[in-house]
Amino acid sequence: MADKDAHNGAFYQRDREWHPPAYAPIYKTSVKRSPNAALISLDNTISEITGPVFGHNMIGEYDNDLIQNYAKAGELPIGQRIIVHGRVLDEDRRPVPGALLEFWQANAGGRYRHKKETYLAPLDPNFGGCGRTITAEDGSYRLRTIKPGPYPWPNGVNDWRPAHIHFSVFGHGFAQRLITQMYFEGDPLIWICPIVKTIPSKEAIESLIAPIDMENTIPMDARAYKFDIVLRGRRSTMFENRMEGN
Amino acid sequence: MQQKLDRLKESPSQTAGPYVHIGCTPNFTGIHGIYDEDLGTRIINDKTKGERITIRGRVFDGTGTPLRDALIEIWHADANGIYPSPEDKRGEADPNFRGWGRSPGDMETGEFVFETIKPGVAPFKDGRPMAPHVTFWVVARGINIGLQTRMYFSDEKAANEADPILQRIEHKVRIPTLIAEKTGDGEYRFDIRLQGDGETIFFDI
Ligand SMILES: [Fe+3]
Repeated sequence: MADKDAHNGAFYQRDREWHPPAYAPIYKTSVKRSPNAALISLDNTISEITGPVFGHNMIGEYDNDLIQNYAKAGELPIGQRIIVHGRVLDEDRRPVPGALLEFWQANAGGRYRHKKETYLAPLDPNFGGCGRTITAEDGSYRLRTIKPGPYPWPNGVNDWRPAHIHFSVFGHGFAQRLITQMYFEGDPLIWICPIVKTIPSKEAIESLIAPIDMENTIPMDARAYKFDIVLRGRRSTMFENRMEGN
Repeated sequence: MQQKLDRLKESPSQTAGPYVHIGCTPNFTGIHGIYDEDLGTRIINDKTKGERITIRGRVFDGTGTPLRDALIEIWHADANGIYPSPEDKRGEADPNFRGWGRSPGDMETGEFVFETIKPGVAPFKDGRPMAPHVTFWVVARGINIGLQTRMYFSDEKAANEADPILQRIEHKVRIPTLIAEKTGDGEYRFDIRLQGDGETIFFDI
């Protein structure tokens, strides 16, 4: 595993112009929740290069199946059955095995199972809305769910979120920690959503839009969408600065 | 034209939104039966080596209002300064130490609590010791990209003064924002201010 060991240095610097800025007035809540001062740049130390490990053994049989993990015996949630699959890669296209993915979403009507949620769309008694999985050796993952509905939210008087699935990702180092959202190909709400618009470029937005994947669709059962996630790559330590002779 | 580097771009961050707890701490939100226990609930057990400590704090927005919808994660070394991660090649960490914790904060007050041990000393890249510290990561509705900061300990004055990270911070007046106040035996308070007066130092790491 010489290759693996060679790339265990600091993570590549985050391209802050590619990510949404902290302060994005179109998304009103960010106005008072964004630091005013510049971030202090810090090349990774051992505290950021390392990160917790999640074993495959902690994952239950239905953890990645939102169709079944909350449904009552013999019942199913309402909505369009879909499979979401893809790979977690780093910026050098290397697979990231053992990455923990946690995902959450609204039900088919656009309603979250949460005390503070006030949208009038009904809860689905058979849908919890969360799941998790760990990537395989090749970085691949797969989940099954109901396609989430779009929903209105208080920002502008008539702002709607496009259908989306939230993803929380743990790679190998704490500096790779990332939360993002997956959108669905062809959704017209993507391009008028203030949260999507916090992302500066069209190209970056498109990297969060999952295409329909007919080859992975299960005929007469569930359509498939493909969603790859990219985490920060890392430098090689092969010729790192160190005291000569050590 | 020259060759292309052929790299991918990191997936752009998006806010964790108001319902991050559904995905990351479902039992806390009342969604039971999917996972036995929310991840990150326990950092230590009875056998973990080291001095027991409790870290409490809140996250405040630019108006001084505490956030009640944040998710706070911490990561720190064991009592010997070793991280329980295969990326730490310096030795075996305490097998009874998880190193990682996650708190949704109290639903009413927003206060987060971590029961853990005081971390040991880990080396900076050049071998100099870093003062004992805890890495924090904060996400919430309205935070477009997770905020990373570090917590140091008020009772480690000499170590803090020699810390290579704290030393390179230009605006010394801001350093106290990274130092948790000792409020009792093994009790520390670390409040995080997102914006404005006493704004916490956040790192681009
Ligand atoms: Fe959402």
